[in-house]
Amino acid sequence: MKRNDIILIAVLLVVSIGLLIGVNIYRKNNTSGSAKVEVTVDGKVYGTYPLDEDRQERIELADGSYNILKISDGKASVIEASCPDKICVNTADIHYTDETIVCLPNKVVVKIVNGEENDVDGMTR
Amino acid sequence: MKTKKITLIGLLIALAFVLSYVEFLLPLSIGIPGAKIGLANLAIMVALFLLGWQEALMLSIVRVILVGFTFGNMAMMMYSLAGAALSFAAMLIAKKTKKFSITGVSVIGGVFHNVGQILVAMAVLETEQLIYYLPFLIVIGTISGIVIGIIASMIHKRIKGISNLF
Repeated sequence: MKRNDIILIAVLLVVSIGLLIGVNIYRKNNTSGSAKVEVTVDGKVYGTYPLDEDRQERIELADGSYNILKISDGKASVIEASCPDKICVNTADIHYTDETIVCLPNKVVVKIVNGEENDVDGMTR
Repeated sequence: MKTKKITLIGLLIALAFVLSYVEFLLPLSIGIPGAKIGLANLAIMVALFLLGWQEALMLSIVRVILVGFTFGNMAMMMYSLAGAALSFAAMLIAKKTKKFSITGVSVIGGVFHNVGQILVAMAVLETEQLIYYLPFLIVIGTISGIVIGIIASMIHKRIKGISNLF
């Protein structure tokens, strides 16, 4: 290893810690009580569920694959999935605005959205 | 001499393929989409420093296509092609500047591979919030890059002596 390598590694670590702190501050400032869970499949909205209501939702995909979403205690998580890597299942519970659980193989994204502005859309959907 | 070179490239492709398979068997289950150890980068690093960038680029593309058809699906192939392309370009630039050793180049490759994958995922899934995973991906890319880089420089040191045969 050369000196430049060490500098590179140090810079990368500092950048990522900086990004992490920034992201967390941004998230905390944007979380409110009436958040919703939005599920998108391949970029299209599949469904929106209130975060303060316990439920389990099976997300079925056209090709037979699935993800099971669980909402409890104001937190959302994916408890079962058909994908091979199970990254979405192993992702920790989410509850802050813009936090996500992603299943790359199934193109499923579970996202916390702040429901306040689009209350009407949420009801009529 | 040409036959020897073809043989070596074939050997490295097989190695990259097997390493990808090992990585597929042992997924990095830490709940971060796009995170990869990048074991196959070992073969690509060796090719890059021993043979040259054209050979390494070919190896990289052949590996992604082989692995994509064998173990993955089209979506995974797209993510990993983007990761491979970005990481290869970054490694090539890092190598050309001659400022970094093999380890430094490998760290850059590891980081950009993860960053490339998450950028494509952001575009495909239309979810810009994935950017929140970036700090974790940078750290994982750095750590795996250091490990792969150290191993690659050990391999390079040992087979450099016979490299003038090619």
